[in-house]
Amino acid sequence: MQALGGIARQPRGFGALLVVAAAVPALWYAWAIYSDFALGSRYLGSDPIKAAEHAYGAWTLRALLATLAITPLRRLTGWNWLAKHRRTLGLYAFAYGVLHLLVWAIIDVQLVIDDLVGWDVVKTDLLKRPFITIGMLALVLMLPLAITSTKGMIRRLGKSWSKLHRLVYVVAVLGLVHFFMAVKLDWREPLVYAIVLAALLGWRVVESRRRAAADGAVA
Amino acid sequence: MRIPKLPSSELTPESWYLDRRKFLAAAGVAGAGLLGAARFADAGQEQQGGPQARGTPYGLQPNDTPTPWADVTGYNNFYEFGTGKEDPARNAVNFVPRPWTVKVDGLCDNPGDFRLEDFLKPSRVEDRIYRMRCVEAWSMVIPWRGIPLKDVIDRARPRASAKFVEFTTLLDPRRMPGQRFPALEWPYKEGLRLDEARHPLTLLATGVYGRDLPNQNGAPLRLVVPWKYGFKGIKSIVRMRFTETMPTSSWMQAIPSEYGFYANVNPQVDHPRWSQATERRIGEFRRRPTLPFNGYADQVASLYSGLDLRRNY
Repeated sequence: MQALGGIARQPRGFGALLVVAAAVPALWYAWAIYSDFALGSRYLGSDPIKAAEHAYGAWTLRALLATLAITPLRRLTGWNWLAKHRRTLGLYAFAYGVLHLLVWAIIDVQLVIDDLVGWDVVKTDLLKRPFITIGMLALVLMLPLAITSTKGMIRRLGKSWSKLHRLVYVVAVLGLVHFFMAVKLDWREPLVYAIVLAALLGWRVVESRRRAAADGAVA
Repeated sequence: MRIPKLPSSELTPESWYLDRRKFLAAAGVAGAGLLGAARFADAGQEQQGGPQARGTPYGLQPNDTPTPWADVTGYNNFYEFGTGKEDPARNAVNFVPRPWTVKVDGLCDNPGDFRLEDFLKPSRVEDRIYRMRCVEAWSMVIPWRGIPLKDVIDRARPRASAKFVEFTTLLDPRRMPGQRFPALEWPYKEGLRLDEARHPLTLLATGVYGRDLPNQNGAPLRLVVPWKYGFKGIKSIVRMRFTETMPTSSWMQAIPSEYGFYANVNPQVDHPRWSQATERRIGEFRRRPTLPFNGYADQVASLYSGLDLRRNY
């Protein structure tokens, strides 16, 4: 396919820049929580733990959407060098999901450092509260994707690798449902994510139909 | 008469008031209010207590330190000005809570439309430091200023048939931009049983930290019911109506499975989406256990004897 834009080739240092840039929110919120509690700053407002927890959740979804945007972007622009950064974005989505879970479990409900709450609450939360169950399920489903993201695994799994990694669609939808369930009545913010996700998934449906039609015409 | 000695933690001088003179004036009023509190404190209970005393005035616990002004006025729920907790402080800046009229109607013998000044004037303003427990499992300690709700109820002379009182917030989407989005059905409504409304702890607040209520905290007039979750504390009240039947609050209407009429703080009854067993006091890292009736059980538990609090959440 012909490149539409002027960057048919990857700009120098793009990969390294992406790796560093995607880590910035993670580092920032970790530092800000520490600073707000230990040094008396107010970077994250009145409830820094909730602020960081929500930010990590939002960055999980953003990284997932970015991952899903790679293929449409490649097709539309011809920047095929984007393909090799999909793994970076996908792994960051997983990492932010893990951070989201850790902030929730360790410093929000204080599972580990506080026997006041303890396992009981977490068990109840996981089993009895659908919005937490769904979020947890989304994260668990990302685990096999992260594990099989190495070059060796891609080679070894062959065709089943692509099949397995279609799970990312399920993960994205579950993550979004989790977001809708977590906000009380104001669904405007998750709606923005839902529109982007719908566009990215819709593009795939249209694209595969178009291809099927084109194949049919050729045959 | 001597003002009861308070543990220094209850009089945190740190940036409470703009200047010393105001602080002293407010401390005087606070003292008067605390004396009034003796009315309903257990007879013979130690009132002069320092931090070691069981049951300080208003059931304040020894480790309850007033939450800083910046948090009290910069982090709260007031959906009329946006659903984010920092939205009210941002979006209520231009709200002008004057002139203000409160309508009193329903089953009472002295109904009418009252100018705010006339509505409040006959009562003595008191300062009271209360814990505030949000249903979302965070909490604060807030030095309110206001009048006992009982005063205005008595002046309205509710009839014998009146069992409840319903409150309504101002409906004005031009002045309250959050009302342009139907997060809840506007106007916001809340209600209390008449005996809850007459309880000496129940406050009609007009101020915080010795100043007039900031717009974002419900200016010019809001309800404070310290043993209930914060959403019962309806803000910017324009109407009080006495009814025979239980009013439906906005949250009951929006999500009946999650929010009931009573909304008493209860660590044993979880919110469907989270545990209510513990809470995070704003400014603290470690969670605290949540106390039944938010620590005011001695004063209010008797209101609910015989009521199944698990079903009447």
